[in-house]
Amino acid sequence: MAATTLVPPPVQDDTFLDSNELVLNMGPQHPSTHGVLRVILKLDGETVLGADCVIGYLHRGVEKIAENRTYQQFAPYVDRMDYVAAVSNGLGYCLAVEKLLDVEIPPRAQAVRVILTELNRLASHLLWLGTHALDIGAITPVFLCFREREEVLSIFEKYCGARLTTHAFRIGGLQYETYDTFEKDCLAVCDLMQEKVKEYHDLLTGNRIWVRRTTGVGILNAADCKDYGVTGPVLRAAGVPWDLRKAQPYSGYEKYDFEIPTAKNGDTFDRYIVRMQEMEQSCRIIRQAVESIPEGPIKGKVGKVIKPPPGEAYVSIEAPKGELGYFVVSDGSLNPYRLRVRPPSFVNLGALDKMCRGTLVADVVAIIGTIDIVLGEVDR
Amino acid sequence: MENIIKTFLLTDLLKGLWTTFKNQKPSKVVTEQYPLARPPVAERYRGAPRLNNHPETSETLCISCNLCALACPEQLIVVTSERNPETKRKDLTTFTYDVSRCMFCGLCEDACPVDALELTQDFELATFTREGQIWDRQMLEEGPLPVRYTH
Ligand code: SF4
Ligand code: SF4
Repeated sequence: MAATTLVPPPVQDDTFLDSNELVLNMGPQHPSTHGVLRVILKLDGETVLGADCVIGYLHRGVEKIAENRTYQQFAPYVDRMDYVAAVSNGLGYCLAVEKLLDVEIPPRAQAVRVILTELNRLASHLLWLGTHALDIGAITPVFLCFREREEVLSIFEKYCGARLTTHAFRIGGLQYETYDTFEKDCLAVCDLMQEKVKEYHDLLTGNRIWVRRTTGVGILNAADCKDYGVTGPVLRAAGVPWDLRKAQPYSGYEKYDFEIPTAKNGDTFDRYIVRMQEMEQSCRIIRQAVESIPEGPIKGKVGKVIKPPPGEAYVSIEAPKGELGYFVVSDGSLNPYRLRVRPPSFVNLGALDKMCRGTLVADVVAIIGTIDIVLGEVDR
Repeated sequence: MENIIKTFLLTDLLKGLWTTFKNQKPSKVVTEQYPLARPPVAERYRGAPRLNNHPETSETLCISCNLCALACPEQLIVVTSERNPETKRKDLTTFTYDVSRCMFCGLCEDACPVDALELTQDFELATFTREGQIWDRQMLEEGPLPVRYTH
């Protein structure tokens, strides 16, 4: 038999097979994508060359639903966007409609709103911390975080009757008066958190595995943050002290004394530290608000039928994940003519590609966790 | 020096392990043994709907004003009524409530002028069929009967 030499067919340099590039599909069913996010990763060995997000698996058309609901009827739907921080969503929406209506919110309602939104920030950051640590491989924090989050959720349950999709605020103020032990419960949560944050620091901050998995991973510097429109803790970790609670105070935030935690490097570790400090600052705000909660009515002068004059209003608030904006256009009828949400998760997710380039595959999970996305809000 | 101790004696890792260990005290256990023990829910909890009857006459409180149906964003409440020629009032004939589509936002409860419709503390609403999720007036007045598990 004649000897045959096996010569591979000639290939062009830029063909897919010849290159070392590999396309890896991550998600949508992946426990570390925090929902149904699909990321298409382009890899060279272990190194990520690029990441492409495919979103929309949780799209419910919330903005379209708004056009077919009255202003009051739409309020429960906003809770379903960022379901981890439903109270913040409700606040943003109510503020936007109130701006259209031009109503004054009584001081008592404002104080209760601040308390509840800050409690919600605690709950959101606790969930983030637990799942983020879980993604990286530390299992204990998730149990501890959920235990503390339970305390916050039980305040919501006692206040308005629901734990997650709270529907706590109404346009013009509040529907529910605070319950008897509300102040005591809030202060108890602050005391508890002060103690527990130390415990989390013991678990993670000094831990060499945690430090090495997070330091220098997913760096996004201040200039890039501004280019991508990234807000929230991700921006502050890059050293920009931008917080809407200070920059454009709403709901009486100007009355409270708190700091904006920032860091320098803009890596995953810095974002972790910033969020940990934010929890402490939230406790500070809650304490001040609870101690100075005024007496008085809880609902401003709004009628049973809400019919804003034609016009438009944009209100943005500092949600736990960044700047959450609501843009409402009214044509003078009972339903919004158009409603647009500026979701912080969606905008921050845009920077994923930039943050992933040059890192290792295992770090992608850490980076997705550190952006703190909620897919309900990304897809709406 | 400190770093050497840290590197070789694993103090940072032991500190974390100690935190985990500290939380294992039986007095710190927070797990609820549901369904053996049903957790108490808050007084304002928004759960299964109920149509209230007058406590003495056990006539329905509902005046068939249809406000709850109009307030509901999901439009899942259907109220029908008949005009009573004697009292010149509307009498409730049927009241259906589709629990499967309800998001327990509480708007219907807030809209009711006579506190006839109320969201109660029952939260066990599972049924074997989709039809079972559509509650009629009788079901709304009696409330769901969840299975209580005992040892
Ligand atoms: S709780 Fe909300 S969704 Fe459910 S019936 Fe009442 S108004 Fe409709
Ligand atoms: S709002 Fe109350 S009284 Fe009116 S129809 Fe509904 S349940 Fe009956």
